[in-house]
Amino acid sequence: MSATDDTHDPNRRDFLYIATGMAGVVGAAAVAWPFIDQMRPDASTLALSSVEVDVASLTPGSSLIVKWRGKPVVVRNRTPEEIKSGEDVKLDDLKDPIARNANLPADAPATDANRTTPGKEAWMVMVQVCTHLGCIPLGQEGEFGGWFCPCHGSQYDTAGRIRKGPAPENMAVPVFSFISDTKIRIG
Amino acid sequence: MSEGHSTYTPKTGIGRWFDARLPLPRLVYDSFIAYPVPRNLNYAWTFGGILSIMLVAQILTGIVLAMHYSDTTGLAFDSVEKIMRDVNNGWLLRYLHSNGASFFFIAVYVHIFRGLYYGSYKAPRELLWILGCIIYLLMMATGFMGYVLPWGQMSFWGATVITGFFTAIPLVGDWIQQLLLGGFAVDNPTLNRFFALHYLLPFMIAGVVVLHVWALHVTGQNNPTGIDVKSKTDTVAFTPYATIKDALGMVVFLLVFAYFVFYLPNYLGHPDNYTVANPLKTPAHIVPEWYFLPFYAILRAITFNIGPINSKLGGVLAMFGAIAMLFLVPWLDTSKVRSAVYRPWYKLFFWLFLADAVFLGWLGSRPAEGSYVLMAQLATLFYFAFFLIAMPVLGLIETPRRLPNSITEAVLEKNKGSGSGHPAGATAAPETKG
Repeated sequence: MSATDDTHDPNRRDFLYIATGMAGVVGAAAVAWPFIDQMRPDASTLALSSVEVDVASLTPGSSLIVKWRGKPVVVRNRTPEEIKSGEDVKLDDLKDPIARNANLPADAPATDANRTTPGKEAWMVMVQVCTHLGCIPLGQEGEFGGWFCPCHGSQYDTAGRIRKGPAPENMAVPVFSFISDTKIRIG
Repeated sequence: MSEGHSTYTPKTGIGRWFDARLPLPRLVYDSFIAYPVPRNLNYAWTFGGILSIMLVAQILTGIVLAMHYSDTTGLAFDSVEKIMRDVNNGWLLRYLHSNGASFFFIAVYVHIFRGLYYGSYKAPRELLWILGCIIYLLMMATGFMGYVLPWGQMSFWGATVITGFFTAIPLVGDWIQQLLLGGFAVDNPTLNRFFALHYLLPFMIAGVVVLHVWALHVTGQNNPTGIDVKSKTDTVAFTPYATIKDALGMVVFLLVFAYFVFYLPNYLGHPDNYTVANPLKTPAHIVPEWYFLPFYAILRAITFNIGPINSKLGGVLAMFGAIAMLFLVPWLDTSKVRSAVYRPWYKLFFWLFLADAVFLGWLGSRPAEGSYVLMAQLATLFYFAFFLIAMPVLGLIETPRRLPNSITEAVLEKNKGSGSGHPAGATAAPETKG
């Protein structure tokens, strides 16, 4: 082969170089993927995706915490005062106006009712994890009578909506339903 | 490596045979015996050597601790207690390792501030500096993951908060966090992988240290005057001069280290980490290890949204930005003069910056409420102003003092200035009274 061939139009050899290079890139990515993929949550972690809770013992003003996906989920039977205080909040006063309720459309406004489930407005079911950096807020504390995160000072109201502090979002309401009057399935 | 030619001559037949096949003794001789170092290096320069022995010490104690440790959530905490109570000398090895991490960071902070004071990051040492910054980053990752392994409350919640940083990234944040944790919260998969990585990273640090020392031996050491080595009288041989000075520095440093290991072994730790991790209860105040406190204060200082960036992402960006500043230092400082000794204004700002960094560290240990928040915001503002305003502007407007013509001249002038009346302290005292 003469040297002048190399400077000419793209030829078969250029095609072979590019094809070989591309095959190498695809091969490297295919080898890399299992190494990355193994880091993701495994089947046994994903299998723990739903729990059932008996809430018969919860009188108004009391709550319990269950572990769901390694995180605490609070079930709280709110007092009438707490419900009223949640309902009285104007949407304009909220730092995060989105309901963050997995049972509702993603853009539902964060009204008190939208943070609960229809017909069971007294019941807050919520992942009790601060949306800032993942600490567990303390219940029935802080300026708004809801939750207070001791780590970085985020304050939530009685419907678990962020009102003050560094957290960007309302605490998440997971997918849940009442399977009977006294039983809730989460997840 | 020493100025392109080697003066090593093997004395024995075996030495010559070896040298012709693998000139490793020649490399050691040229790097640590004949290697010329500036004659005016002070004790701040002994911390490079101190850091090397701390790395070796951490790897040695770490490997033997790994022989007794269980990286499973149900067993991790108990296995650490077993090391403390049952394993022969386990308490000593663990205290050496946990306090060793703190002293590793003390040494690295002295080393970094030494570089900032004497302008060791300026041309031609930019890559040397950046390799050092990479080592520092790897040290932080290693230190963080090591702190998770005892599986106490601070381990668990520190890991939760720090991996929570990644959820601030728009769109892919949650996916990345789950990738790091191997689940939806810190749990067994997290502990397993942190242990594997905590074992790996020190060897990566050792690799980058080799590059760091290589780059150092290409450019040669900076020195307190910041001026280049110009003649043979400016230098002395590494052995015995630097070797002995480094050895004394190490002995003193290790004495202080030993004092902590034997008399204050838990002073730098947090009592909550002697409580087993509980995913359902957050400690009242989560604080990271002391060496992360300034960055933690910066993270928490951003309590307000900045345009489209919410406070959470803003805090994370500010924290990583604070570390990123170090990487940019070689290009932020516009002054031609390296050493702060000849830069009156930079010297002032350097000490203010050091005070600011210590102040931020203290604020990081306080709860994020009341006036602490405002103080942290002001201190954060100064932190960034030092790098982004003081460094570039001072280089343009400051009039440096006259530089000596050579290191030799600086050394001789200094000795003349203080006279023959050694010790200096004895003659200085009456003067200050008069």
